[in-house]
Amino acid sequence: MEFLDATLQILASTVRLAVPLICACLAGLWSERAGIVDIGLEGKMLGAAFAAAVAAISTGSAMLGLLAGIGVSILLSLVHGYAAIAQRGNQIVSGVAINMLAVGLTAVLGHAWYREGGRTPPVAQSQRFLPIDLPFADQVGAIPVLGGIYKQLLSGHNLLVWLAFLAVPLTWWVLQKTRFGLRLRAVGENPAAVDTAGISVARLRYEAVIICGVLCGLGGAYLSIAQGAGFLNNMTAGKGFIALAALIFAKWRPGPALAACLLFGFLDAMAIRLQGVALPGIGQAPVQFIQALPYVLTVVLLAGFIGRAVPPKASGVPYVKER
Amino acid sequence: MFPICAESLPRSGRPDPGRGRDNSPMTPAIELIGIEKRFGAVHANRNVSLRIDPASVHGIVGENGAGKSTLMSIVYGFYEADSGEIRIKGKPVRIRSSQDAISHGIGMVHQHFMLVETMTVLENVILGAEGGRLLAQGEKEARAALADLGRRYGLKVDPDAIVGDLTVGLQQRVEIIKALYRGADILILDEPTAVLTPSEADQLFELTKALKAQGKTVILITHKLREIMHATDRVSVMRRGETVATLDTAKTNPAEIAEAMVGRRVLLSVGKQPARPGRVLLDVRDLTVTDGQGVTRLDRASFQIRAGEILGIAAVSGNGQSELLEALAGMRSAKGSISVDGVPVDPSRPDATALRALRLYHVPEDRHRCGLVLPFEAAESGILGHHGDPRFRRGFLMDHEAITRDEKAKMEAYDVRPPLPGLRSSKFSGGNQQKIVLAREMERDPAVLLIGQPTRGVDIGAIEFIHKRIIAMRDAGKAILLVSVELDEIMSLSDRIIALCGGRITGERLPSQTDERELGLLMAGVPAEAA
Repeated sequence: MEFLDATLQILASTVRLAVPLICACLAGLWSERAGIVDIGLEGKMLGAAFAAAVAAISTGSAMLGLLAGIGVSILLSLVHGYAAIAQRGNQIVSGVAINMLAVGLTAVLGHAWYREGGRTPPVAQSQRFLPIDLPFADQVGAIPVLGGIYKQLLSGHNLLVWLAFLAVPLTWWVLQKTRFGLRLRAVGENPAAVDTAGISVARLRYEAVIICGVLCGLGGAYLSIAQGAGFLNNMTAGKGFIALAALIFAKWRPGPALAACLLFGFLDAMAIRLQGVALPGIGQAPVQFIQALPYVLTVVLLAGFIGRAVPPKASGVPYVKER
Repeated sequence: MFPICAESLPRSGRPDPGRGRDNSPMTPAIELIGIEKRFGAVHANRNVSLRIDPASVHGIVGENGAGKSTLMSIVYGFYEADSGEIRIKGKPVRIRSSQDAISHGIGMVHQHFMLVETMTVLENVILGAEGGRLLAQGEKEARAALADLGRRYGLKVDPDAIVGDLTVGLQQRVEIIKALYRGADILILDEPTAVLTPSEADQLFELTKALKAQGKTVILITHKLREIMHATDRVSVMRRGETVATLDTAKTNPAEIAEAMVGRRVLLSVGKQPARPGRVLLDVRDLTVTDGQGVTRLDRASFQIRAGEILGIAAVSGNGQSELLEALAGMRSAKGSISVDGVPVDPSRPDATALRALRLYHVPEDRHRCGLVLPFEAAESGILGHHGDPRFRRGFLMDHEAITRDEKAKMEAYDVRPPLPGLRSSKFSGGNQQKIVLAREMERDPAVLLIGQPTRGVDIGAIEFIHKRIIAMRDAGKAILLVSVELDEIMSLSDRIIALCGGRITGERLPSQTDERELGLLMAGVPAEAA
C-alpha cells in the first residue's frame, strides 16, 4: 500500500512536470511540420510565463494572465515567422535571438517594475489556476487501488493540465483528418507541391507559427500562474530544449510526443523523489547525478536508440519560388 | 537557311491542308497568339503563336533555353505574358495563377514532381482539391475517382501507397492522376521521360495514346526526337524564343526537326572510322559487387578494353552498370581483379587516387551528385581530383589564376557557354555542365576513360559535339568504357557492346552485327540462343 502510494505520487508529479514539455513539444510539432524550425520555444515560454504573471498580478484574473501569456508568445512567434517566412532568414539564428531576447527582457522588465531582482511578487491564490478536484474524489479515494488512481492521479489538476493533454489528440486529429492539417503537413515536406496546387505557402506557415505561439503561451502561463505562483528568472530552465529533444525522439508525431514528454517528466519526478534517498546497493546517489539523468537519457536516446528520425523534408528551408 | 521555316510559321486561322479532319471540330483546344515575354535582357518568348488541336498529342521541341519552359509556365500561370493572348476552346482567357490554369482545365506534370513523398497517393491527389474542411468525404470521392481513372486509362496505382516508396514511373503516374482528378482536358508533360527507364517511357506513351482516345489534349515537351516521332501527331519547334516550325509528325523526319532546332544541319549518326585496337589497357576479371544488403549487383563480369576502342554497356537502369562504373572508378569495393595498362589494382580496396595516377579517369553518371560541386565556380569544379597538380598550386596555396586560365582554355576548346570560369557550376545548363566534366577528364591525357551517361539531359547540338569528342578520344588511342541508357548512343558509338542483365553479362555483340531488338532481348536476360 505504501509502495502504491509512492508510485501514484510519482506519477501524479510526472503529469504535472510533463505539462510544459507537452505544450512546448506540440508547439514545436506544429511549427516544424509546417517547415519552420523553432529553437525559440524556450524563449517564448519564458516570455509567456513573465507576461502571464504580470497580467495576473495587475488584473487579478488568471484568465487574463493566460491570455497575456499567449499574446506575448504569439507576438514572439510572429517575429520568428516574419524572419523565417517573409525574410527567408536563418531560422536557427532567429530562434536563438528570441531565446536571448526573452531571458534578457523578462529580467530587465521584472527588475524595473518590481525591484525584486527580476522576479515578480508571488501571485495570489485567486489569481492562479487552482487544482480542480473531480467529483467525489475523497469518497472514491477510499476504494483500494482504483480509488487511489482516481483521487491522486486524475483528480486535483488545474485547467491548463487538462488543456495540454487535450491538445494532443486534437493536434493528431487536425493534422490527419482535416484539410488544414493535410496542407500543413504538405507544406513542411514539399512547399512547391502546395504552391502549384494554388495554395499560399506563406499563409499556411504563418498559421502554423501562430498555433505554435498559442501552445508555448499555454506552457509559459502554466509555469508562472498554475504550477508555480510567480515568475522567477529563467524559470523555463531548458524545458523548451528538452521539448525539442522529445519532438525528435517522437519523430514529429503527436502520440509519441506525449509519451516522450511523459518519460522526461517521469525522470524529473524521480530526480526530485530520489534526492537524499539511499538506494539499495548504491547508497545515497549524488543529487547532481540524478538531476543529470534526463539529459543523459536524451543524449543516449537521440544517439541511436530511436532509429532514424527524419524531420519534415522542408523544415528549416525558406521557400523560394523557382521556375 | 531552313527551307520550311517561313512556310510553316503557324498563323492562327491558317487552314491546315496537311490532315484530313472530317469529324474533329476546328476550334483548337488551346491557342496562343503572339506571346511575348522578357526577363530583363533575355527575350524568352518572341511573338510565339501556336494552335493545338483537341484530342491530339502535340510535341514542343527545342534546345535548353529555347523558351519551351517559359511558354508552358505562361500557360500554367506561373508567369504572365508581357503581351499576347491565350484562347481555350476559342475563348480568350487570362491565366494569372496555377489556380486559374487548373480551373480552365489545364494540368501540368512538372519535370521535378510536385509530390509530397511522405504522404499517400490519395493524400497527394486531393491536396488543394480536398472538397471540404474535413478529409473523409473528399478521400472517399477521390478513391472512387481513382478507381475510375484506373479503369479508363489503365492508370493503376494503389491509393494507400506512400508516394516515396513508388518507382519514379509510378510517381509520374500519380502526377498525371492529380491533373486528371482536377478535371484537366489539356495535359502538359514537361520532359516526362528524362527520369524514366525505357520501358516506363513506353508505358507513358501508351497512356498518352489512351488519353488522346478519350478526347484529352496532350502537350509533350521534350528534346528527344525519337519520342516526338513515336508519340506525337504534330510538333512545334522552338529556337531562341520563337516557334520556327510546326510540322505534321507523319510528314517529317528527325533530321528535319533537328535542323530546325539547331538552325543548321546536325549529324544524328556519328561518322567514324573502324577502330584500330591496340594493346589491352583495361583488363577486368570476375568483378563482383555486393551491396550493403548482401545483394549481388554485379556478378563475375570479365572483359577487356584495348587502346583505341569503345566498349559499350547495354543495360536497363539498375542492372549493374552503375556498380561496374563505380567499382572500376574506385568508388566502391568489389571482388575480382582489375588491371590498368598492365598494373594490377586491388578492387577490394578502392582507391580513386591510385587509379587516377594510372590515368584511369571517370565521367560519372550523375554529374550533379558526383561530377561537380554545384556551388563551386566552374574553374574549381574543373580541377576536382586534379587539385594536387603542381600546375594549380603555388606552394601551400591554390593558384587561382592558373586554375581560371586553365578552365578558360578548356571552355573555349569545348565550346562551353557562357565561357566564364568564375560562374557557379550550378548556373550552367546540363549540356554545358557535362562539357565541364568531360573537359576535365579528357584533357588530362587518360589511358582509360569511363564515361557514364555522357548525354543525359543534354541538347542535341551538344550531343553531337560530345559524341565527336568521344570518337576523337578513341582515335587518339584511349580505351573507353561507355555506359548509357540511350541504346541508340551505345549502338552508334561503341566498337563492341556487352549486355548486362541482373548484374551478369548476357552477351557480347558487334554493333554492325546486331540490332535493337536483339540487344533488347539480351538486356532482358533472354538466353542468346533464343535471341
